[in-house]
Amino acid sequence: MSEDRATVTIEVDGREIQAKAGDMLINVTDAAGIPIPRFCYHKKLSVAANCRMCLVEVENVPKPLPACATPVNDGMKVYTRSPKAIAAQKGTMEFLLINHPLDCPICDQGGECELQDVAMGYGGDVSRFVEAKRVVPNPDLGPLVSTDMTRCIHCTRCVRFGAEIAGIRELGATGRGEHMRIGTYVEHALNSELSGNIIDVCPVGALTSKPFRFRARAWELTQFDGIAPHDAVGANIHLHVQNGKVMRVVPKENEAINETWISDRDRFSYEGLYSSDRLMQPMLKDNGAWREVEWEEALEAAVNGLRAAMGSDSAQFGTLIAPTSTVEELYLAQKLTRGLGSGNIDHRLRQTDFRSLGDHPPFPWLNGAIADLEDVDAALVIGSHTRKEQPLLAHRLRKAALKGAYVALLNPFEVPLSHDAEQIAVSPASMVAELAAIAKAAGVKATGDLKKRIDGAKPDDRHKAIAQRLRDAGHGRILLGNLAAAHPDYVLLQALASELAQTVGAGLGYLPVAANSVGAAIAGAEAGRLPGWKRTDAAALDAGAMLEKGLRTYLIAGIDPELDCANPAGAVATLAGAECVVALTAYRTPTLEQVADVMLPMALFAETSGTYVNGEGTWQGARGVVAPVGKARPAWKILRVLGNLLGLEGFDYESADAVRSELEAECEGFEPAAGEIELGDAALMLQNDGLVRAGDVPIYAADTLVRRAGALQHTPDATTGFVSLNPTEAARAGLADAREVRVTQGENSVTLPLEIDPAVPDGCVRIPAGVPGSAGLGVPFGAVGLEKG
Amino acid sequence: MANEVCFRTLDLDRPWLLEQYQSRGGYEVLSRILKEQTPPSEIIEEVKKSGLRGRGGAGFPTGVKWGFINRDAPGEKYIVCNSDEGEPGTFKDRDILRYNPHQLIEGMAIAAYVIGARRGYNYIRGEFWEPYERFEAALEEAREAGFLGDDILGSGFDFELHAHLGAGAYICGEETALLESIEGKKGQPRFKPPFPAQFGLYGRPTIINNTESLASIPEILRQGGDWFRELGVENSGGTKLFAVSGNVNNPGVFEVRMGMPFAELLELAGGMKEGRQLKAVIPGGSSAPVIPGAQMMDLTMDYDAIQKAGSMLGSGAVIVLDDSNCMVKVLERMSYFYHEESCGQCTPCREGTGWLYRVVHRIETGQGRPEDLDLLDDVATKIPGRTICALGDAAAMPVSGMLRHFRDEFAYHVEHGRCMVGGNGNGNSN
Ligand SMILES: Cc1cc2nc3c(=O)[nH]c(=O)nc-3n(C[C@H](O)[C@H](O)[C@H](O)COP(=O)(O)O)c2cc1C
Ligand code: SF4
Ligand code: FES
Repeated sequence: MSEDRATVTIEVDGREIQAKAGDMLINVTDAAGIPIPRFCYHKKLSVAANCRMCLVEVENVPKPLPACATPVNDGMKVYTRSPKAIAAQKGTMEFLLINHPLDCPICDQGGECELQDVAMGYGGDVSRFVEAKRVVPNPDLGPLVSTDMTRCIHCTRCVRFGAEIAGIRELGATGRGEHMRIGTYVEHALNSELSGNIIDVCPVGALTSKPFRFRARAWELTQFDGIAPHDAVGANIHLHVQNGKVMRVVPKENEAINETWISDRDRFSYEGLYSSDRLMQPMLKDNGAWREVEWEEALEAAVNGLRAAMGSDSAQFGTLIAPTSTVEELYLAQKLTRGLGSGNIDHRLRQTDFRSLGDHPPFPWLNGAIADLEDVDAALVIGSHTRKEQPLLAHRLRKAALKGAYVALLNPFEVPLSHDAEQIAVSPASMVAELAAIAKAAGVKATGDLKKRIDGAKPDDRHKAIAQRLRDAGHGRILLGNLAAAHPDYVLLQALASELAQTVGAGLGYLPVAANSVGAAIAGAEAGRLPGWKRTDAAALDAGAMLEKGLRTYLIAGIDPELDCANPAGAVATLAGAECVVALTAYRTPTLEQVADVMLPMALFAETSGTYVNGEGTWQGARGVVAPVGKARPAWKILRVLGNLLGLEGFDYESADAVRSELEAECEGFEPAAGEIELGDAALMLQNDGLVRAGDVPIYAADTLVRRAGALQHTPDATTGFVSLNPTEAARAGLADAREVRVTQGENSVTLPLEIDPAVPDGCVRIPAGVPGSAGLGVPFGAVGLEKG
Repeated sequence: MANEVCFRTLDLDRPWLLEQYQSRGGYEVLSRILKEQTPPSEIIEEVKKSGLRGRGGAGFPTGVKWGFINRDAPGEKYIVCNSDEGEPGTFKDRDILRYNPHQLIEGMAIAAYVIGARRGYNYIRGEFWEPYERFEAALEEAREAGFLGDDILGSGFDFELHAHLGAGAYICGEETALLESIEGKKGQPRFKPPFPAQFGLYGRPTIINNTESLASIPEILRQGGDWFRELGVENSGGTKLFAVSGNVNNPGVFEVRMGMPFAELLELAGGMKEGRQLKAVIPGGSSAPVIPGAQMMDLTMDYDAIQKAGSMLGSGAVIVLDDSNCMVKVLERMSYFYHEESCGQCTPCREGTGWLYRVVHRIETGQGRPEDLDLLDDVATKIPGRTICALGDAAAMPVSGMLRHFRDEFAYHVEHGRCMVGGNGNGNSN
């Protein structure tokens, strides 16, 4: 519709401007660089026209009109600075200030406050209001957002943000007139994973960052650009630094990537930089006792350990590296590993099913631009707690849904969404069968094991509807999420999804697990894949095999083995049994102390330069903006020095940029291919009539940094672990009145609090992974036994 | 002549009953229209001819408003009646609901036919419990008699009408706040344009009229637009319900012809109580600027005359004040009302109404300052025309009016810290 609107000419303050008929005046003047003061207007939110700050004079209209709500038409003459316009703007300014506390000296917003700025231009020097000002009590919105509601100017941006963007109405305006208040009505902590954005949309100091409260004044901070290191979006951020410390993170606008938003995880994870368990100094284990050493000594010990792995024993060496590492780190880690003669390197730490998908599997990326997600007209998401896994991708899908797209999800439990969707929630053991039913309904023809699955499927109306909607869609997308990637039948899910996508003419995409899962694949930090995602037949163990087999020597980088590996109990036992474990780590933890022999303190995001490749394949570089804490060093430098000390070729990089350039050269000609799945024999692994665990990774347990972000760990989404079952299953297991449950998975067992949750389907027990409570268990999907704890 | 349109059945025993209404030709107009399938444009022409202007306060020509709807556009359309009647001094629609509910129902059914609506709502002020029940009972009678529901009188025309009881907020009388409230949302006015005729209830084209406007329709169509127009005077066709209150002997609602001299209306209302002196009149509800008594005695009750005197006929709520009233106190009471009833969404009204009230209150309690009168004048000019709805104007106009005509009383208050009117200034004769 917007395309065929007529072009009109208007005149603003004597200047001719072309615009599309029907555009709001404020958009037109903004584009032309003509300033009009405003508070309630926000380009991403609906028009409220309630603050009345943007009043301007329009010829032949007796009343001043709000620029934010006045559509332009041909020949319109506008005066933004005429006596009438200025009088109206000043009038509003005075009204806004009479009840505002003007406590700028003690307000965190001071110096970056829209009200303060506009008041400089339009406010009076002395207030004519001599009565007592309004005072409003502050609701407690939880650990992230601090409230000073006396400062609120009732623009309702925060309310509209919740209703329109976050999609859950947490804030509202109650009361009339002067008694109007912004709050949650019944006081509770904010639940939205995007809640922190209300800090930015609030033009005044009513909603501010709680972790940042009273830490610094805006003008004392230096702003740097960065990339958020938590999910497949790679949100663009600004890091605000004071005295060499990151004080806070705010969004940097990038319409194609994160628009103007960031998730709470991206905003508040910087607190993890300054967690008390940061490793400040290299450490060595001597006869079971740890001591702090200088870098030289530590490096020597590491090199000795790794050198033993060279040569004939190189197959006994392997590297496990976090998918949150930078591309440079991932590239150097694989170069070092392969330089030592081993093909054993992997970043897919939470994956359990590594069976072959043939020689040309699809490249695991979104398969399209992030922004494209809002234009799909049908999507099937397989195994993803979308909002908590990929907050900003979920936001794009929500936008699509609001525009009328059909969204279906297949998950081991029902997930809370902010839009309409068809949700199929079944036991993990039935996920393959459900997907096969959709495939059958869509008429997928297959061979081999896949055919067996499809033949056995019984599509019902829901499956048929999903197949039909996907088929009818001009722009359909099938997406595989983290819960699929951790599933024991991941290859079956992928193969079915791929066949289904081809049959219905939809795109097949992946919601990459971590900030650099795509970067890791491209950098060659994956078993069987060289830089540029080139296939290699050289012997290689994947992450699962490395930890199952038990190698003699390991290099681990950026991971907490008990939280970042698919099988935490198994990983810790295997690493503990190895001869030598060299750990590049930012944190000193009891588990690392137990399993490692050398701990080399590494820098984290913001402390190191590096590149992230997001889900749509965009390479986004970030500079180190603060020095690493203590004696920590950027991991790419540690790897460089290890390479040199080991006498390996080609480790003389001048800078991280040089590493990136080398990789870029190796990626010449790389195109993420659609691929073709050839499934060999692939039996159904997860077959169980009893209770099966579904282990999702909670939003604030995803990686080492966020797990240590203090404020996030106090939100409702933070957990150390629980067991949740629906009431029927709880009763069946004799746990109806239990508070704690003893969970047994294979040889392991732990005791966890029980939560009854009807969103969990029959046959399933949800026990999150990546959290301390389940670190004593095995893989995220598998049979478990429960008894009263 | 009195009681010719909305009150034409008032003399009957229990006029609210269907049979009584029908005994005076009730529902004949609707039946005829449906039988003859009168072209809607003809009806609109007739209503235009009648000179009927919206009785909710703004006085917008009803026929013109109806013409804004394209009845043939696909999709749902709605007719909504505004019986919120929250303006202080106004209590005329209540009597229509109580005594002549069927005429309103018939009027709404005709309006629905004209604009192509199949559903209507009557939004009734929250405090009007008894009138609400009376209206519901009438709806039930009308449904049973086949004047509402599917295929009315075999004409193929479907119309269902629902009563919706408000919750006591004055702002819900503002037409778009009213629509929000029916939709189950917080009653806050919408920004206009778009107007309800394009984007109304549930986003559909909607006509919203005052109770009295709609209740006048059947009689207008029965006797003809010319007949109605000629009852009144130039620019003010027909009759009008005046709700007379204040220091009069016989307060109440009177249906009289437009253009009646105020002196006669005062006579109908029993004259001044205790024979006191008429001091001032607020001629059109609390938001209408006050007119000094002497001037008022020379005016006629119609849109033009009152407007020329610097006020407005508004909803026809006539508040009569005698010389025992302190005008500062009167204004304080009104300012308090608007301050309390502002919805709070837009800045000038939310902040300005509170400021006005506080300054008036300060003057009333002897704390006024010499500069306060200019301050009041100034604040009162900074609200109107800059708000989302007209409540801001409604709050400011009485302030400007009072200062225009009774500035000396305010100045006296400031100077002496007390009232120049003896006693408590409460309007003793009340
Ligand atoms: C604050 C405010 C309160 C109003 N209250 C009422 C009311 O109680 N009843 C009414 O009919 N109109 C009321 N109106 C006027 C309506 O917005 C609207 O103009 C009217 O219902 C239209 O009907 P009419 O054209 O038949 O007069 C109010 C307007 C404002 C700004
Ligand atoms: S003028 Fe007052 S009542 Fe009307 S929208 Fe604005 S704040 Fe609400
Ligand atoms: S920005 Fe236009 S009214 Fe607030």
